Amino acid sequence: MGDKFQTSYKADMALFQTLWVKVWLGIFAASLIVCPYFLSQYQLGILNEISIAVIGALGLNLLIGYTGQISLGHGAFVAIGAYTTALTSAYWGLPFVVTLPLSGVMAALLGMIVGVPALRLKGLYLALGTLAFGFIVEYVLFHWDLIQGDMGMAVKRISIGGYEIRTERDHFYCLTAFAVLATLCSKNIIRSKIGRSFIAIRDRDIAAEAMGIPLAKYKVMAFGVSSFYAGIAGGLLAHYQKWIVPGSFDLSLSVTYIAMIVLGGLGTILGSVLGAVLITSIPHGIVYTTDLVKDTYPVLGSLIVDLKVGIFGLIVVLALLFEPQGLAGIYRRVKLYWKTWPFRY
Amino acid sequence: MAVVKDRPDTLLEISDLTMSFGGIMAVSQLALKVLTGEIYSIIGPNGAGKTTLFNCISGIYKARAGSIKFEGQEILGMPPHKIARLGIARAFQNIELFRGMTVLDNLMSSREHLLNYGLFSAALHFGRCSNQEEKCRDRVEDIIELLDLQKFRNTHVGALSYGIQKRVELGRALTMEPKVVLVDEPVSGMNLEETEDMARYILDINEEMRITVVLIEHDMRLVMDLSDRVAVLNFGLKIAEGRPEEIAKDPEVIRAYLGESKN
Ligand SMILES: Nc1ncnc2c1ncn2[C@@H]1O[C@H](COP(=O)(O)OP(=O)(O)O)[C@@H](O)[C@H]1O
Ligand SMILES: [Mg+2]
Repeated sequence: MGDKFQTSYKADMALFQTLWVKVWLGIFAASLIVCPYFLSQYQLGILNEISIAVIGALGLNLLIGYTGQISLGHGAFVAIGAYTTALTSAYWGLPFVVTLPLSGVMAALLGMIVGVPALRLKGLYLALGTLAFGFIVEYVLFHWDLIQGDMGMAVKRISIGGYEIRTERDHFYCLTAFAVLATLCSKNIIRSKIGRSFIAIRDRDIAAEAMGIPLAKYKVMAFGVSSFYAGIAGGLLAHYQKWIVPGSFDLSLSVTYIAMIVLGGLGTILGSVLGAVLITSIPHGIVYTTDLVKDTYPVLGSLIVDLKVGIFGLIVVLALLFEPQGLAGIYRRVKLYWKTWPFRY
Repeated sequence: MAVVKDRPDTLLEISDLTMSFGGIMAVSQLALKVLTGEIYSIIGPNGAGKTTLFNCISGIYKARAGSIKFEGQEILGMPPHKIARLGIARAFQNIELFRGMTVLDNLMSSREHLLNYGLFSAALHFGRCSNQEEKCRDRVEDIIELLDLQKFRNTHVGALSYGIQKRVELGRALTMEPKVVLVDEPVSGMNLEETEDMARYILDINEEMRITVVLIEHDMRLVMDLSDRVAVLNFGLKIAEGRPEEIAKDPEVIRAYLGESKN
């Protein structure tokens, strides 16, 4: 008795608890700030792609990893965000500070509309249902005159309060800031009653209901939040690429996002980030290796280009075979190792 | 024996309840009343329909006929989460904890209906959210202390022994701040010491927290020691009801239940 946890719960509930975590985050933040001065345009471009992928992956992990609801339609919500941004800025001339939230909200609304019939579906059936939604969106993108189908649409640059973001470096700061914000919000949602309800539904839906958690509300909310993230990713992507075509939002985009969270670690925030980094980097890594060997072994170089997709798949499959928990699982093991370091055996 | 009640009201009233699976009558024409503040035990051989009865009360099974009234309100047909929010908590027979969470999060998870903040406030961890979370944590710590779970606060439930998991299962029901808790075989598979601990917890819940307890249990000593009243189920029918000492003497009960437990 008398053993009640005495220190303030605020300290125990804080996002970043130990001094070490704070120090490392400080170092990480500092290196983000200075890195544009050391990296090439090409390398910064990769980081920018990664930031957008992080946002999308965080959203999908909330839905699949935390709530246990399979979705093969994530790419479609990214598309909805991208085209909302394109349309509202091109036709209505709305500024970035309006179009971006609007892209998120538009995707979230459609996500919730998909979420309602999805209440009756589980597992593979849910996967099929969301797949069908993805195909519908793809069809509309190709056939709706307003958005010019195959031809694609031009999108203005991001401009905030009169300042237009043009360079790769400016984009880097802007996109990284959004990725960091998205990560923090995700972490906050997960440590709130909403996150606990998501996980409860994933782990034991019947018990969750018996504990007073309304399943329908939280499943629809998971679809909404996840799609909001996708919409924001899409909006940023549209601005960053300056040009969007329907073909880039097909099923393979949804599958890529699934690969990110599975490889990174389902149901972990860190996993969403690491998975996005890895999956976005692999194709660039392949290109890089090809360039290296192209002169000495020209045959090998062209072979790699031919087998690019295969190599990509192989890396994913091997990673999963050796580490089913994803990259976050490796991180957890390393952390445990260091935690128990003086006593390790 | 639990507290003496000055004014026993009916908290839960079940009448004519029938639930069948295919041809099997799991519960048939059952009637019983649970009074506010008591420890009411339900005993009976395996397959007698005890867990099915709990599932009907929780709304997990939809009974075909009959009525279940909680504080005078009909709850049959209501969705499970609404029934729970009225103040009916549940500790499952087969552990149904959220395995991806720590003990603390499991205990916090059942307070969803007691926390009143939205998605926006949660995402930014605004004052409203963080204040409420802090208060919620404070109440959960009381339950942690009551059930001696301090050591396991930050352990994932999957890593705990069976006995401790059973305790967390009970704790998660209590953090809901219910009026009645339905406890299904809390000491099955436990050793003597764990059983005695659990008996003390159930008494504490009833006497200190003033929560009505409906208990399903096979351990006759536990039932005899704790209960104010006992009902006996066999093949979905209530074959006896009364004070523990009356039940122990009832010839039909001895034949149906006590006799069987000897083998
Ligand atoms: N979901 C179900 N589907 C089919 N039969 C069930 C189901 N749940 C319980 N039963 C049957 O109902 C009867 C009562 O089971 P149960 O309530 O679990 O018994 P007890 O808890 O008293 O041991 C058993 O014959 C059991 O097989
Ligand atoms: Mg049972």
